[in-house]
Amino acid sequence: MRLAEAFSRRPLLIAYICAGDPSPGATVEIAQLLARSGADVVELGLPHSDPIADGPVIQAAAMRAIEAGMNTDVYFDVASKIRAEVPLVFMGYYNMILRRGLEKFAGDCADSGITGLIVPDLPPEEAGPLRTACEKAEVDLISLVAPNTPTERIPYIAEGSGGFLYLVARAGVTGARADLQESTKALIERVKTPLPKAVGFGISTPEQAAEVIRAGADGAIVGSVCVDLISKGDLAGLEDLIRRMKAAIREAKSAEKVEKMESARI
Amino acid sequence: MKITDASMTRFGRFGGQFVPETLMQPLKELAEAYSRLKADPQFRGELSALLSNYAGRPTPLYLAKSLSRELSRKVYLKREDLLHGGAHKLNNVLGQALVAKAMGKTRLIAETGAGQHGVASAMVGANLGLDTEVYMGEVDIERQKMNVYRMELLGAKVIPVRSGSRTLKDAINEAMRDWAGSYETTHYLMGTVAGAHPYPLMVRELQSVIGTEAREQILDAEGRLPDSVAACVGGGSNAMGIFSGFLRDEATNLIAVEAGGRGTSSGDKIADHGACLNLGEDGVLHGAMTKILQDPYGQILESYSLAAGLDYPGVGPELAHLVEVGRVTPAIADDGAALEGFRRLSVLEGIIPALESAHAVGFALKDPEALGEITIINLSGRGDKDLTTVMEHEGRGGI
Ligand SMILES: Cc1ncc(COP(=O)(O)O)c(C=O)c1O
Repeated sequence: MRLAEAFSRRPLLIAYICAGDPSPGATVEIAQLLARSGADVVELGLPHSDPIADGPVIQAAAMRAIEAGMNTDVYFDVASKIRAEVPLVFMGYYNMILRRGLEKFAGDCADSGITGLIVPDLPPEEAGPLRTACEKAEVDLISLVAPNTPTERIPYIAEGSGGFLYLVARAGVTGARADLQESTKALIERVKTPLPKAVGFGISTPEQAAEVIRAGADGAIVGSVCVDLISKGDLAGLEDLIRRMKAAIREAKSAEKVEKMESARI
Repeated sequence: MKITDASMTRFGRFGGQFVPETLMQPLKELAEAYSRLKADPQFRGELSALLSNYAGRPTPLYLAKSLSRELSRKVYLKREDLLHGGAHKLNNVLGQALVAKAMGKTRLIAETGAGQHGVASAMVGANLGLDTEVYMGEVDIERQKMNVYRMELLGAKVIPVRSGSRTLKDAINEAMRDWAGSYETTHYLMGTVAGAHPYPLMVRELQSVIGTEAREQILDAEGRLPDSVAACVGGGSNAMGIFSGFLRDEATNLIAVEAGGRGTSSGDKIADHGACLNLGEDGVLHGAMTKILQDPYGQILESYSLAAGLDYPGVGPELAHLVEVGRVTPAIADDGAALEGFRRLSVLEGIIPALESAHAVGFALKDPEALGEITIINLSGRGDKDLTTVMEHEGRGGI
């Protein structure tokens, strides 16, 4: 399924896991579990030795996954084994893509059922060659916007983005945070684009997910909290969290609709 | 709006800004502030005063008579080992700290491997009244205890890095992560000509004082340019610093001596060397496209060298470019050659070089023919910091 189709049923819950943690086989199971429990998109991280955009939780998962034998070949094998009715999105660092060859990488994504790529260390200034390869393979290259991205820059980023736009909720790295910052809401407001907007970095509770949807986002992205539960072997907890998150964002969305209808009536 | 036209951030096909979006704005602000300040007479005056009165510039160009006799050619040493702190690192650090101050930042963060850049950062932090925190891999903390103590004595906080290989590359990762969340108050003081634009350019320009002085000094002494200039390369800041004075002098061979470590092979996770210009392949590390040590899938390898300052699996993008276009000659000196350089220079000249700089000396001893009749070796630092390492290597135990 292409991302555009998935986003036709917004709001979306996007769940990140680190491929290969605790093992390649487990990742197939966990991805399917996420889709079953309500995730609309599964983001499959390819572990890198030097994940500069990630906090301690995902760093540790990447190390474990590499130790457990994850590499790019195994990654595509895992992706192609996942049987789920939701889009799979690649998340990983540019050097891993570069090393395989841009065209080959994009082609392998398409062949293994991956429909989009998120590359956190590839700003649009540097993304030209990969974007060309992605277009050829008919997969989406998803761009990121940060809280400190100047408003004038947003159209330039959005213009090159496929699928959806990834709004980074806060400065710094991935990892759970207790509160959602005002700047996150401001960012959702500032980003004017026809593309769907999904917010990630720091979202770990159903309340936070609902908050970003209420603030106008089309999707909520959860990562570190999933990785954390997986590291503890708590798949029941993971399933429960995904269900509650999904319920919370749906409720937020319908509440928003009611509000809109009411204000339209006035 | 593009932050910067990508062509402005590159050296040929190397360089660029491969960083998270969160860092694009801080890098842009830094590039703009730096380019404004470097033309500003007041900034230049302040930097130049600190370089002479605090750091001790100009450093001498010394004709090493015994070494020259031994190698049957004239060998000059550019004495960065005499700079305050004992290494060339201070040139860069002073400039960047003044930029940080002018930008209204109150905190400096830095990465360090050997501890030399950390010590230099701690010195300017103290001198200019900026809070300084230095990221250092746990492995390096263990092997460079003396420098950890020096940093603490200078009022800096040393933050142990426990991620990844727990060495320099991970310390840089951690500093970049910190900066992504702290740039409003904090300047990331990168210690070498690696990383995303504008670092490779800015650090090279701040280190170019070495080459500018050396060129004048050799012309004074010899009335002609040297046949070669040799410098060791970790990230490449001392090399680019001295080379930049001679780039247009096509007849001067610029020799970049990399760490050959214990051999030229690579294991699954660890390479036996730090020789990216010689043995590395294209890749992206710490925000730049350059030559790196990596596995077949693009995972970064740990490097190895007895000299902690050369123990880095990447190299400055401008050097990668200059090697590719044939302007810089890559060379290798292994641990053994470096130890030979360390001992010979001590005995012949009464100068104990840093183990990093000893690689350039070791190369000269090994391959004097490559140097021509007149050569300059950049003596990037002094060796006091390395005594424990060498003693342990000799099986004498540390101090
Ligand atoms: C004395 C000395 N020389 C050289 C280096 C290597 O760095 P660069 O290649 O940036 O000059 C270091 C780094 O710590 C150093 O301390």
